[in-house]
Amino acid sequence: MGQVEEPQLPDKASLGSRDRPRNRVLRDAPPLLWVVALLVAAISMSPLLYLIVRTSQLGGTLFEILAQKRIWTVFAQTGLLTIVVTITSVFLGVVFAWITVRTDLPARSLITILVSLPLVLPSYISAFSLIVVLGPRGLLQNALSGFGVERLPSIYGFPGAWLALTLFTYPFVFLSVRAGLAGLDPSLEDAARCLGRGPWQTFRHIILPQLKPSIHAGALLSALYTLSDFGAVTLLQFDSFTRAIYVQYTASLDRSVAAVLALMLALLTLLILAVEFGRPARKRYYRSSAGAARRAARSALGKWKFPALFLCVAVATIGIGLPVLAISVWLIRGVVYGDEHLGVHGTVLLDSIFASSAGALLTVVAAFPVVFLAARYPGRRTQGVERAAYIGHALPGIVVALALVFFSARYAVGLYQSFALLIIAYQVRFLPLAIGALRASLLQINPRLEEAARNLGHTPREVFLSIILPLARPGVLTAVALVFLSCMKELPATLLLGPTGFETLAMRIWNATEEAFFARAAVPSLLLVCASAIGLSIVLSNEQKGVAV
Amino acid sequence: MSSDSSFLSRPVLYGIGIFLLISAIYLVTRHPPTLPGDASNESTLVLYSGRSEDLIRELLQRYEEETGTKIQVRYGKSAEMAATILEEGDKSPADLFFAQDAGSLGALAKKGSLSRLPTEISARVEPRFRSQEGMWVGVSGRARVVVYNSNKLKLEDLPSQIFGFCEPEWLGRIGWAPANGSFQAFVTALRATEGEEQAREWLLGIQKNEPYVYPKNSPIVAAVGAGEVDVGFVNHYYLFRFLAEQGESFPARNAFLSSGGAGSLVNVAGVGILQTSKRKEAAAKFVTWLLEPGAQEYFSSKNYEYPLAGSVSPSDQLPPLDRVKAPDLNLTELEDLEGTLKLLQETGIL
Repeated sequence: MGQVEEPQLPDKASLGSRDRPRNRVLRDAPPLLWVVALLVAAISMSPLLYLIVRTSQLGGTLFEILAQKRIWTVFAQTGLLTIVVTITSVFLGVVFAWITVRTDLPARSLITILVSLPLVLPSYISAFSLIVVLGPRGLLQNALSGFGVERLPSIYGFPGAWLALTLFTYPFVFLSVRAGLAGLDPSLEDAARCLGRGPWQTFRHIILPQLKPSIHAGALLSALYTLSDFGAVTLLQFDSFTRAIYVQYTASLDRSVAAVLALMLALLTLLILAVEFGRPARKRYYRSSAGAARRAARSALGKWKFPALFLCVAVATIGIGLPVLAISVWLIRGVVYGDEHLGVHGTVLLDSIFASSAGALLTVVAAFPVVFLAARYPGRRTQGVERAAYIGHALPGIVVALALVFFSARYAVGLYQSFALLIIAYQVRFLPLAIGALRASLLQINPRLEEAARNLGHTPREVFLSIILPLARPGVLTAVALVFLSCMKELPATLLLGPTGFETLAMRIWNATEEAFFARAAVPSLLLVCASAIGLSIVLSNEQKGVAV
Repeated sequence: MSSDSSFLSRPVLYGIGIFLLISAIYLVTRHPPTLPGDASNESTLVLYSGRSEDLIRELLQRYEEETGTKIQVRYGKSAEMAATILEEGDKSPADLFFAQDAGSLGALAKKGSLSRLPTEISARVEPRFRSQEGMWVGVSGRARVVVYNSNKLKLEDLPSQIFGFCEPEWLGRIGWAPANGSFQAFVTALRATEGEEQAREWLLGIQKNEPYVYPKNSPIVAAVGAGEVDVGFVNHYYLFRFLAEQGESFPARNAFLSSGGAGSLVNVAGVGILQTSKRKEAAAKFVTWLLEPGAQEYFSSKNYEYPLAGSVSPSDQLPPLDRVKAPDLNLTELEDLEGTLKLLQETGIL
């Protein structure tokens, strides 16, 4: 660490020093781990295979499609939106994670839940409510009309899509970074502070570099979500690639042209993944000194308390407050009008919760071997497997759903439209959420602990249960939360692949809004928010108990 | 290390275990793992519906009560349902496809996924509202209209036909939904009746007036009501939902263009029986029932749609079907959606 003559913070090189396991037991991944991880990755890659099958039926028209200038304009536009949204999301996510985990912000638990909640609403509901409130002649304009405001600046196009998608995606960064912060060793920060560094310098030089894996994970999820989103971009009139794909499906029912476009989206994803994983993750993010880690002290916000509080409240208001307000207006209108179909059957709530829980558990279990392989045995091949698993999150939901229809209806009829297939679809779509959260936590565990346990004669199973799982707890719980919330609002795969008669809250909401029965969408929407908030608070409160690593 | 060395404390683990057990029992009892639409079961029909549940649920319940036939429905968007049927190939569990528009039925018919309906079914509906080859039949109709903000405009202020909206006075006042299926069907009708060049001119004329783009009909009606735009090109029945939820003071009304033409196209929601269905007879019975007065009355009174069979009259808030000056077209002639898509892309609209 620092020397006497040149008081210095531990530099980045020593934080991220290259470190290879010395023990043979750990150097080569066990074959069984490989088999399981490859199987999971293969399932995740299946939509890609489907797209290649469909594209190959095109022949010469393929080049005709690719020669259209418009396609490339839309492609570039989508790329730009993705970059801008990701940067904003990382900023908001990191700031929120820091102030809720490491400062004396008042009402931290409540604010944690509030700023996570924008994640729970389907994007077509949130985007619609943004328009209802912030549109050129929306509720805000109505309220301001007394002051002579005739029309608000348009939120359609890029600005609206940017705003909406940032709101939907920063919780990915927020939740990942929270888990990352929970696993940090505060002794490095203490050392920096003892050496006279201020809180900001400590944050920049000590904490931020260590948070890299969780920030990367969150940023990647934000970027891929932006690529795959459909609801927000169409409502906000932004011409994105996903919209172009949907137009092909709906207008000409041409699955091959849609497949070419989706394949291009997949290639863009692979490009992003290549940049993201450019360097193999051999850096060290775990504590290696002797002694026990403590819970980190909270910094006092001081004069920043109110600006921080204001930022949290402002973002939560736009992200969850406005949609809930709009939904409440719908509900009141429905009650006044006397609509008899405002309620929703209890089974719909149960279907939603059980399917999402099963989806979350299976997805996190499936993510473990993939992440463990890539984190413990870093190398091109292991990270290739991890990368492959990301595809499902970047493709529009309808593409993943149709791919699974294609494979299961033809080759596994018994599985088709069964509950099991739906859970597999959730896994394909949301595996990256679990991988991102788990990866950051696993990298914080010192492999020496596992080596020591193995050398003392413990079986891999015992090591996993008594060392890895407890230490990875923040990551596991974040992974469960992220996947659970995403399953709750998932629509395309649930519509096409769920068992007949199976109905979730998201389906109910979509069914009602599709034909402008907004009042009927109100109760299921509010239930979705409540159920998700309760699920989230259970997970997050458990995480806090376990933070003292 | 955390104080407890295990991952989760014992009560939490028990909680998870009990929860999983309950989930498993619940899911198995509520969604028994049988093949959807077990082919041997004659008293069940599997329906893929591109029509929203809120539009047809009660009607299907009525059929189940009257006949004892169980209908298993899968709801989705028409085009996605059609794509699903095509991906399922020979193995489709569906017996029937209930589509929101003639376009997706036509696409399935073209790929040979539908089976020919008995002529006594087809004959119940005017030829223009059914497949010429008898592959599908329309069961309820909807007209294209211009929805206008009634605070800012009077009915007389509107042009008599759709080309009038290309005038510069409509700059920045129009809302439309070029990605929407109903709109594209209208453009296809425009191409069929006025010719390719006129259709292109109309699209460019509207484009020059800088219209607001919406994803589908209902946001246009909402925007017209809010005064975000003054007029919008939509299907007639969305307005009635807004009037019902927000009262008569909702400042938007429908205008049926006085000179008609493609701008008054009447499209249908229709049904087809799948080629792969093993219960075609039961399926045909259901289609027949949809065309009987009871069901037609339902479409008219609950959904404000135009009944297409028998002598059921439409809602008194609508002009009768024969007074809507729809273009002289058979809906099967609207099959060339690809040409429309190409035109929309060439004009830079999509």
